[in-house]
This record gives sequence, C-alpha cells and structure tokens, in this order.
Amino acid sequence: MANIKIPTPLRAYTSGQSVIAVSGGTVAEVLEDLTAQYPDLRPHIYDGDQLRSFVNVFIGEENARDQHGMATPVAEDAQLRIIPSIAGG
Amino acid sequence: MLFTGLATPPTLASAARIEALIGNTPLLGFQRITAHLPPTVQVAAKAEWANPGGSVKDRAALNMILEAEAHGLIQPGKTTLLDSTSGNTGIAYAMLGAARGYRVKLFVPANASPERLKILRAYGVELVLTDPLEGSDGAIEAVRELAAQEPQRYYYVNQYNNPANWQAHYKTTGVEIWEQTDGQVTHFLAGLGTSGTLMGTGRRLKEYDPAIQVISLQPDSPFNGLEGLKHMLTAIRPGIYDPALADRNLEIRTEATYAMARRLAREEGLLVGISAAAAMVGALQIAEELAAEGEPGCIVTLFPDSASKYLSENFWVEGDA
Repeated sequence: MANIKIPTPLRAYTSGQSVIAVSGGTVAEVLEDLTAQYPDLRPHIYDGDQLRSFVNVFIGEENARDQHGMATPVAEDAQLRIIPSIAGG
Repeated sequence: MLFTGLATPPTLASAARIEALIGNTPLLGFQRITAHLPPTVQVAAKAEWANPGGSVKDRAALNMILEAEAHGLIQPGKTTLLDSTSGNTGIAYAMLGAARGYRVKLFVPANASPERLKILRAYGVELVLTDPLEGSDGAIEAVRELAAQEPQRYYYVNQYNNPANWQAHYKTTGVEIWEQTDGQVTHFLAGLGTSGTLMGTGRRLKEYDPAIQVISLQPDSPFNGLEGLKHMLTAIRPGIYDPALADRNLEIRTEATYAMARRLAREEGLLVGISAAAAMVGALQIAEELAAEGEPGCIVTLFPDSASKYLSENFWVEGDA
C-alpha cells in the first residue's frame, strides 16, 4: 500500500497519526480511502466534491496539480504528502 | 566627467536611506466593494505593500533591529541576525540587514512560496528550509534549537516574542491611522500572525479612545489556505500575543478570502496578498453588521502585502472560463 503523510494541523483528525497506509491507483482514490478511514478529515480537504484549492498533494517531490490532478497515478509503494500553507510571520 | 564643472563634488548629504521609506503608508478607500454600504459606514485599509520591502513587516523588523542596536546587542559587520519566518519578516530582515551591514540567516518552511524564496536568495540571505509538514511551527522549533546551541554566533531576533515587534506598530501604525482618519476610526481589524500589528496598533488606538473596537482575524480551521495568518488555538502561541486585547475575534474561511482577493483585483484594481483579502472579508462583515443595525462606523484594516508573492497560487483564475 501507499503511505500518505499528514501535516501537523490535520493530525487532530487522524487520531494523531502522521503516516497512514492508503489504497488506490490514483490521487482521487487514495484520498477517498483516506477520508473513509478518517471521516473527520473530509470537510478540511474537500469543498463538496472538489479538493479545496489550497490543498496540495505531493507524490514524492511532484505536486499532483502539476501532473494530472486527481487522476494522477499512484504507485503501490508511493510516498504521498499533504502540504499545508504557512502561518504568519 | 560629469562633475568637471563643479567646484566641489556633490555630497548628497540629504539623500534618504531605505529605512526612511518605511511607514506612513497611504490609507485606501474603496469604490465598488463597499458601494452597498450607507455613507455613514466607511471602510479603509492601509496599503502596507508601499513599504520598501513590500510588506508591513518592514515596520517590525526595523524596530527590532534599532532596539537591538540601541541596547548594544548587535554590531554591523559582526552580527548575524537569526530568525524563523514564513517570508515577509525575512524579506524585511534581508533588506535591512543588507542596508545596515548584518548577515541574515533564516529558517523558512520549504513550502514557502517560490517567489519569497527567490527574493530572499536575491538579497543574499542564508536559508535553512524546514519540513513543510510542520509549517511555521517547525521552523520556530528548528531556529530555537540553533539559537540555544550557538548563542554567541547569532542574534536571535525572535519576532514572536520580541516586544519591539508590537511596539513598532504602537509607535507608527496606530498613530498614522488615528491621524489619517482625523480621530474618527471606530473599528480596527488585523489578521494574527505574530500578532504584533494587532497588539501595537490596538493598544495605541485604545489609548486615543478606549471605545475603539479592536478585532482580530484568524483562520476558521487549523488547516487552511490563509498563508500569513495563525490559528492561535492550535499553533505555538507568540509570547507577545495577549488575547484579552481584542474585543472580538472573527474566523475567516479560506474560500471567502480567495474570492475576495479576486474581487479586490477585478473590482478595485488592488492586487493584494492573501492576508489582505482576509482582512477585507472581516472588515466587510463588520461594515455590513453596522449597516444592518443602522449604526455609523469608520472601519480601518491593514493590507499587509501585495499579490506579487502569491501569483503562483491557483485561486486567481479559478472559476474563469
């Protein structure tokens, strides 16, 4: 299974877990699996059915937005990260 | 030669230094976004991108450096200024460090916008990029570790805990707003990052008139797209932050802010940054509440920077055909 790293501000919704094993062949499927495992995450990541525009999912060093968006393929052993925006100062 | 005809070469003794360009920013009104409000409810914003480093952070950085100089804590040519930053304070340190003869080393989350990192590198700053998953708090923890390990080597400016940060706004921003509104300001709003703007400006304005309402703005969730703003409940709380100062706190949603950023650009010609758009969301909410209650008001906020460092964001053209 692929792994997805959860940024600090979202760990409140993943029982404190920072890395979660997820299944799926695309970014969309992986995020569906993630939010099925942790439903409290969903409103923070999605606006309706759409990924919120500031949510960036990286596969390795590549931003899915610069690839094929939600259709970007995810390999079986891929390392994904959800990258937050930056707070003030 | 250019000066052959002159008896003595010009000295340019009256030429300004870059520090002289900091502060005294214009107060802007609005034409269309506030057109639905009665004339008794006014909204205005300080154009902080007019500072030479491009943001409100020039004020705090200058005051923190001047205070450190006044106390003999730093010396041009010898001291390296050290801090963590999400970008704008770092740019201000970089500009002032270059102008005043200090090296600058900054801890910045690796997901800071590419524009910011390029600006910092252009000024010659030494950058340490920290884990993007840990955000600003990760950069704070990393810089604290280095500052504790090598206190002789660096001057840790520590913008989140340095009183000279909020005092910059007490000395300048608050005074400017009072004077630019002829003392008519009734509400002041600012987003919370280090909280320096709200603390210093708010304290000064309440000294002028305790009835002035001071309103803080924060993201509505710890996970948000409001770069530059802090969700105080879940973040490392700055030492200079006193939640008791604000009369009220507004929670701002990312999507409303992005929509406002587009409106400010397209309806007012103001291409401003994300925290500025968040400030306008809050200011408009207060203005609409006053209008609904039939109350007058002079609402002032602050636009911390322009959009130039956020142009790689997707939201500018979202929804366009």
